Amino acid sequence: MTTQSGTTEAKASNGFDEITILWISEGMSCDGDTVSLTAAGQPSIEDVVLGLIPGLPKVNLVNKVLSPSLGGEDFLAPYRAAARGELEPFILVIEGSIPNQNIIQGDGYWTSFGNDPETGEPQTLNSWIDQLAPRAWAVVAAGTCATFGGIHAMAGNPTGCMGLADYLGWEFKARSGLPVVNVPGCPIQPENFMETLVWVLQHAAGAAPPPPLDHMLRPQWLFGKTVHEGCDRAAYYEQADFAKDYNSPKCQVKVGCWGPVVNCNVPKRGWMAGVGGCPNVGGICIGCTMPSFPDAFMPFMDEPPGGTLSTMLVKPYGAVVRRLRGLTNDMVNHEPKWRHNKRKLTSGYDPHWRA
Amino acid sequence: MTTTDSRSTKRKPAQIVDMSWDPITRIIGNLGIYTKIDFANREVVECHSTSSLFRGYSVFMKGKDPRDAGFITSRICGICGDNHTTCSNYAQQMAYGVKPPKLAEHITNLGEAAEYIFDHTIFQDNLVFVDFCEAMVKATNPGVLTRAERTDAPRGDVHGYRTIADIMKAFNPFEGEVYKEALKVSRITREMFCLMEGRHVHPSTMYPGGVGTMPQPNTFTDYLSRLMRVIDFIKKAVAMNDDVFDFFYEALPGYEEVGKRRILLGCWGAFQNPDVVDYRYANMDRWGKAMYVTPGIVVDGQLVTNNLIDINLGLRIMLGSSYYEDWVNEQPFVTHDPLGNPVDMRHPWNQTTVPVPQKRDFDGNYSWVMSPRWHHPQTGEHLALDTGGGPLARLWSTALSGLVDTPYVKAVDGGIRITLPKGEKLPETTLEWRIPKWSNTLERDRARPYFIAYAAAMALQFLEEATGMLKSGDTKVYENFEVPDEAIGCGFHEAVRGVLSHHLVIRDKKIANYHPYPPTPWNASPRDVHGIPGPYEDAVQGQPIFEENGPDDFKGVDIMRTVRSFDPCLPCGVHMYMGKGKTLTTVHSPTYGANHG
Repeated sequence: MTTQSGTTEAKASNGFDEITILWISEGMSCDGDTVSLTAAGQPSIEDVVLGLIPGLPKVNLVNKVLSPSLGGEDFLAPYRAAARGELEPFILVIEGSIPNQNIIQGDGYWTSFGNDPETGEPQTLNSWIDQLAPRAWAVVAAGTCATFGGIHAMAGNPTGCMGLADYLGWEFKARSGLPVVNVPGCPIQPENFMETLVWVLQHAAGAAPPPPLDHMLRPQWLFGKTVHEGCDRAAYYEQADFAKDYNSPKCQVKVGCWGPVVNCNVPKRGWMAGVGGCPNVGGICIGCTMPSFPDAFMPFMDEPPGGTLSTMLVKPYGAVVRRLRGLTNDMVNHEPKWRHNKRKLTSGYDPHWRA
Repeated sequence: MTTTDSRSTKRKPAQIVDMSWDPITRIIGNLGIYTKIDFANREVVECHSTSSLFRGYSVFMKGKDPRDAGFITSRICGICGDNHTTCSNYAQQMAYGVKPPKLAEHITNLGEAAEYIFDHTIFQDNLVFVDFCEAMVKATNPGVLTRAERTDAPRGDVHGYRTIADIMKAFNPFEGEVYKEALKVSRITREMFCLMEGRHVHPSTMYPGGVGTMPQPNTFTDYLSRLMRVIDFIKKAVAMNDDVFDFFYEALPGYEEVGKRRILLGCWGAFQNPDVVDYRYANMDRWGKAMYVTPGIVVDGQLVTNNLIDINLGLRIMLGSSYYEDWVNEQPFVTHDPLGNPVDMRHPWNQTTVPVPQKRDFDGNYSWVMSPRWHHPQTGEHLALDTGGGPLARLWSTALSGLVDTPYVKAVDGGIRITLPKGEKLPETTLEWRIPKWSNTLERDRARPYFIAYAAAMALQFLEEATGMLKSGDTKVYENFEVPDEAIGCGFHEAVRGVLSHHLVIRDKKIANYHPYPPTPWNASPRDVHGIPGPYEDAVQGQPIFEENGPDDFKGVDIMRTVRSFDPCLPCGVHMYMGKGKTLTTVHSPTYGANHG
């Protein structure tokens, strides 16, 4: 299902002046998405919170890692208010995979967020989502764990965990009419997340249509291309010039890189402020933005199964192209013969007064 | 009222109130601290630490290709994922018998140095210091703030703030100058990290056998120019922190008792020496001592051992209050180490993780964290070592060992001397960290900026050596290897907040057993089978309360300072519930609050 710009029933057409972001990282996460968020500079989270980005509503960010509160009920107060329907509008951000509580026999829990005020027992993440998601103006899944399940949902896992859309249902719609907005990445590329958040906030302000999402609910403009299409090692592939081990600056497909088939913009964008990345700087693409991550890509350091055939097919073409380009490169690596310090001008300049 | 007055009077009938904080903010992960506080005598009489998260790495890694271990274990932690990858690679290199090229070790060390500078900065300035900022001190000890306004900052010539209160204002969240500058510095230092390890937090260019980072002259120049942009910030951070912590001792006599516990510190060593390390178990003592942060166990101020083989063999994973089934009746994976020494059934090599979700019961099982301990071979005690938040143990162990002697960092008698070069505004500066009198909250926090300086200074040395190699044409960064059918390996490293080990058993070229032990299970552990409390519990239990608020508006800032001084980070192992206290009982002869000297 694709949410086209302007097709969503936009209940916020009048726009909000103020909105709260309730961020819960008590999914099965490593909190790496929150940490990654603080690396964003375009824009930075403090720019958004301090109102330095024009056209956004005033943003109240509630995030455990960044909260100046003392914790506990002091920190949980806005979440409790939202659950009672007393805090509107809010954007719910979930970080981490959602465990399956139904597989537990008895009273245990896999992960909790504060205590249930009635019982004093740990309040499960699931019960928070059940209470908050129906009331949320928008729901955003931050990182591959929350979007698709991620590393903790790999084969052999004991917790039965999954992504947020798996838990809420892929047909889920928040109050804005938006489905879950998935920003995958293990962790999120900092600017990819802030970019998406800013669009959702502009939509909340009534200043933009809803962000266009693909069939896996990812922002189209960020995840529409493959790693390979933005990789500065991709030209080596075209020339069938492959790295045999990690000492080489060439294309890494034969040593485990999945870039040609993975939807992600990191090689083009870099990791932060254009610095770093994956295959462009010597890291194999392990598919960490993908719904099938990690199982489909393991073992990571082996050539992808499809790679053998495609790298073989490109060989004759690549070898010819590389040779021809080599010849032309050599040619363009020489200066023209008229640049010299002899007594005669040989540049082809022909002044009219000489004739 | 002033707390010092109340403390000087004799004990009053106890007024015990239940107070808990769950979740704790400004940390990574799920941690809850549950206390009983005697408001009449202003002290904490009981503390339980609980983690409410289980994910099961050691379960789902079984049967996987061992080469994937570094990629998977990075995801244990969203702040120090690289420390896990590095540690996993160390363990794998032992198992595969591969020694990475020297340049790869330099690149790894440079990545780890950038990580320490980044993570300690963002944690200290954006998370810990909020507890010492103007807004917080005003809400908890208004008298102290008034005094801070009248107190000149002794090191104002370095950091530029006239009074202690000016420094505190600079730490106000999202608005203070230093708070905002620290966020910027955390970005520059993460760029340095990305230059070496590709991505932050989960690195992309780290492999067992070396790195995939392309060593080019600009790779190192780009790193160096960023490091020089933060070098003055580091000098200022040390000076500001010293000023504030010295002021706290002075303004609140007795504050040294806050978060104080017996000196029981563990450090597993960091920064491999590329000229010495070969990852062979038999040589682990030698290459462990050659690390640029010396491993060691410090008990009551004395160095017990800095031999990684002894450290390894003494590891014990205890249950007692954790939601797991015991593995004592399973088959051991490793009965003897490669030198023939017996390996205990409670050692990570032999652990089997069987989660049993259940109700939280503070008289029974109450945490998803287990209780790592270290078995002291002479005394037979199972020590609940802490990491001092990382830097305290690292500096202490390195200072007592006296083995680090480099152009910029030297272990000197009773301390560590660190020299940082001239920056944009400040001259070349030599800092000296001295072994403190106490292992307490303020000293854990004080050690952190000093270790930032330490990491920056070591980075300068690694840059010089790496650039030298590169310019002489030595650019190999990766060494190939075969995965053996059967092997064992262990990696010892320092995550930012302290000790990190990975233990690996390979059978049929697959992972048969894998147990990572990050610092937080050491620090956040619950009471073990012998009833010994974990370090947070021990440090908080018995500590005095200096906050001026009563039970109705109590914020628990002294407790929060103690817990945060350990740099809690519980994805790797773990909330404070904070409501108005419920008065439990009033007793006339307090039996709680045993001293923790």
